[in-house]
Amino acid sequence: MRGAKSAKWVVGAAVIALAATACSSSDDSDSKDKAKASGSSSDGIVRAWWGDPQNPLEPANTNEVQGGKVLDMIFMNLKEYDATGKPNLEAADSITTTDQQNFTIKIKPGLQFSDGTPVTSSSFVDAWNYGALVTNKQLNAYFFADIDGYAAVHPSDDPGAKPTAKTMSGLKVVDDTTFTVKLSQKFSTWPDRLGYKAFAPLPKEFFDNHAAYLAKPIGDGPYMIESYTKGSSMKLVPNPKYTGPSKPKNKGVLLKVYTSSDTAYADLQSGQLDVLDDIPAADLPHVKEDLGGRYLNSPAGIIQTFSFPMYEKAWSKEGMDKVRLGISMAIDRKTITDKIFGGTRTPANDLTSPVLGATGGYSDTLAGDSVKFDKVKAKQLIEEGGGIPGGQMKLGYNADSGSHKEWVDAVCNSINNTLGNNKACVGAPTGTFADFRNQITKGQMTQPFRSGWQMDYPLIDDFITPLYATGGSSNDSKYTNKDVDNLIKQANAEPDKAKSIALYQQAEKQVIKDMPVVPLWYQNGQAGWSSKVSNVKENAFSYPIFTDITVN
Amino acid sequence: MGRYVIRRLLQMVPVFIGTTLLIFVMVWGLGDPVAAMFGDRTPDPATAAQIRLEYHLNDPLLQQYWIYMKGVFSGDFGKAWNQQPVTDLLKTAYPVTLRLTVVAFLIEAIIGVALGVFAGLRRGRFFDTGVLAMTLIVVSIPTFVTGFVLQYFFGVKWSIVHPSVGEGAPFKDLIMPGLVLAGVSLAYVARLTRTSVAENTRADYLRTAVAKGLPRRRVITNHMLRNSLIPVVTFLGTDIGNLMAGALVTERIFNIHGVGYQIYQGIVHNSPATVVGFVTVLVIVFLLANLLVDLLYAVLDPRIRYA
Repeated sequence: MRGAKSAKWVVGAAVIALAATACSSSDDSDSKDKAKASGSSSDGIVRAWWGDPQNPLEPANTNEVQGGKVLDMIFMNLKEYDATGKPNLEAADSITTTDQQNFTIKIKPGLQFSDGTPVTSSSFVDAWNYGALVTNKQLNAYFFADIDGYAAVHPSDDPGAKPTAKTMSGLKVVDDTTFTVKLSQKFSTWPDRLGYKAFAPLPKEFFDNHAAYLAKPIGDGPYMIESYTKGSSMKLVPNPKYTGPSKPKNKGVLLKVYTSSDTAYADLQSGQLDVLDDIPAADLPHVKEDLGGRYLNSPAGIIQTFSFPMYEKAWSKEGMDKVRLGISMAIDRKTITDKIFGGTRTPANDLTSPVLGATGGYSDTLAGDSVKFDKVKAKQLIEEGGGIPGGQMKLGYNADSGSHKEWVDAVCNSINNTLGNNKACVGAPTGTFADFRNQITKGQMTQPFRSGWQMDYPLIDDFITPLYATGGSSNDSKYTNKDVDNLIKQANAEPDKAKSIALYQQAEKQVIKDMPVVPLWYQNGQAGWSSKVSNVKENAFSYPIFTDITVN
Repeated sequence: MGRYVIRRLLQMVPVFIGTTLLIFVMVWGLGDPVAAMFGDRTPDPATAAQIRLEYHLNDPLLQQYWIYMKGVFSGDFGKAWNQQPVTDLLKTAYPVTLRLTVVAFLIEAIIGVALGVFAGLRRGRFFDTGVLAMTLIVVSIPTFVTGFVLQYFFGVKWSIVHPSVGEGAPFKDLIMPGLVLAGVSLAYVARLTRTSVAENTRADYLRTAVAKGLPRRRVITNHMLRNSLIPVVTFLGTDIGNLMAGALVTERIFNIHGVGYQIYQGIVHNSPATVVGFVTVLVIVFLLANLLVDLLYAVLDPRIRYA
């Protein structure tokens, strides 16, 4: 009998255990929706790989690719970048200025959000004011920094400062379809930035019922969100209210969150997934055979570099420019991109990206010999300049993501071979990306470190101003040169686009000469797709152009 | 025995506080997460300051822990970096992992014990040697290798099952991941049972039972198994926690959005609320599973008493 009595207690404890651990048995109403959401390709839906966005899906708060992918599908901005990166008017009827500082923006009449509410000039003005206001903690707030009155809503010198206004004085609503923007200084190419999703319009619901909006964001773009299960999937269907030029050629897109791209690759091969734009590195050597050629690999708007701490005397003193140049010339970019990256990187020839095109400011000759592998010259330059400070450089990187260790070791090997000294360059890992970025931000690096830039919009100024202007938002090496600053200023004020680009390139040439960063390679966008879909292409941001994909 | 259960439940409180504090300190030690939120861009100081204020990052560690624990006891586990309440994540992730655990546990218990019993009863014969050899192989291959290999052959090459688990983690999709997750434990269970059974076949009370003329089935199930299973139950009990925590690798391979996935995301995004929240619940699972095991002894062997 003893056993039976004990059993009672065991059952009791088991009940407590279940209550504590199970939280809730999975709701059945949910699983029905989920079953519906995960349809097959036969219904005209494209099933695509997706990573969980890091931030809530607000335009001014999304600064990474996975959230950007969705914003790209559900929003039509005043301007939109086409597949070549050219900014075309879309939601805007016209953007005019006479002095490169005051802009009048007219919106196309009759535009609607997918919930039926109209897109008016207030939709833009309110959204931009929201994005800029410091208390809203939007990661992309600085995009509005050129607008007059930004300092009042976003005091940035002192982290503790409170905003003195809630709206920017530079934004004025004239009527339902017209508003004006006053910038704090002349900036001729400013309207071309407006294709960046931080400038998207927001419907009333965003301000009235923020939680509901985040659960199911509403936009004015080619697609609208039908269902969104955070952390696992999002189903998008064509937006019937959309009147723009990129009408979807499929019946919708199902974005599926994967825990790893290896699994997604297995799913792609077995026909459970249609589009994968993150091919695992291990599968690169055989991806073409696996997918029967349904694979693309082309440069995207990402450049990888490593930066010198120009605030460190050892790296910036007289003669070090020769050493920095020599180090750049000691790197065999071609071999490294082939061997380590399986051809998914393209050796860099300038500081921008091929996606800009020659008319947009990309040049395949601008950096010239400074990025060409030349053992003899490299060694000679480094010796002339006084050698590597302390006899050894430690190339910093974060060890928690990507294949940084592999390429850093390869770069160091290349330098060591050139100098005939196997201790001249070594990799210096930092545990986490957060820690790594903290040290860089605080200017605590004493040695060169990995850096990189993913463009916000396909314009040359985005590759130059934030990175090399004095005090630029991402000037990690704290590089400063008055000539460069002046050229950037002139380029901004120049109304003629071709002349403006030429000025940026002049600034770029000066940066290359000073070499605060070593250009390494451009990162390519890749995608593989199943035999059920066709017309898979990627835009300049390396997002698949979902509207053009057709289901066979 | 009631007293014993209550005492054990009370003992969980200091363990709970100790583990959560330890995890909190460890995640905190990974460094300031705000810089990473801005990617390769230097954080705008004003925005960064606002975010630090929201997550109490400027406060001393102990105060942050206190704020966190206050929240936990009022049912608020804080927010992940994507502003989702951690309780929501817990609610969606735990049932999924629990399903996987149940599948793995059933596979491990049923197949493991069955293999062990048969091997133990036929000690030294072909079947026994076969089980020993097979379990040795399973134990020595890491989970992720078995996972990828099974996924490739059954999912991609032969298209027998889906290579990944669909949304909502239906049971039919969980069989392969369950098998992978259970693999190593299954081997241990089989070996433990085998040894224990093999020893007990020569025990006096079994000889008595046989001599009494009891049918073989009754001898094995009522007399032999009940005694042989004590070490196995201990192992199975503690393994529930191991399975849930160890699902990290399996979940990643088979695209299961469970506890392992969320903890991984929490670490990648440096989100203490997520990691601590999930591990806290895991700790409770471990503690309760251990309690259950201890209590089960008394059911299996009435001589074991608690006061």
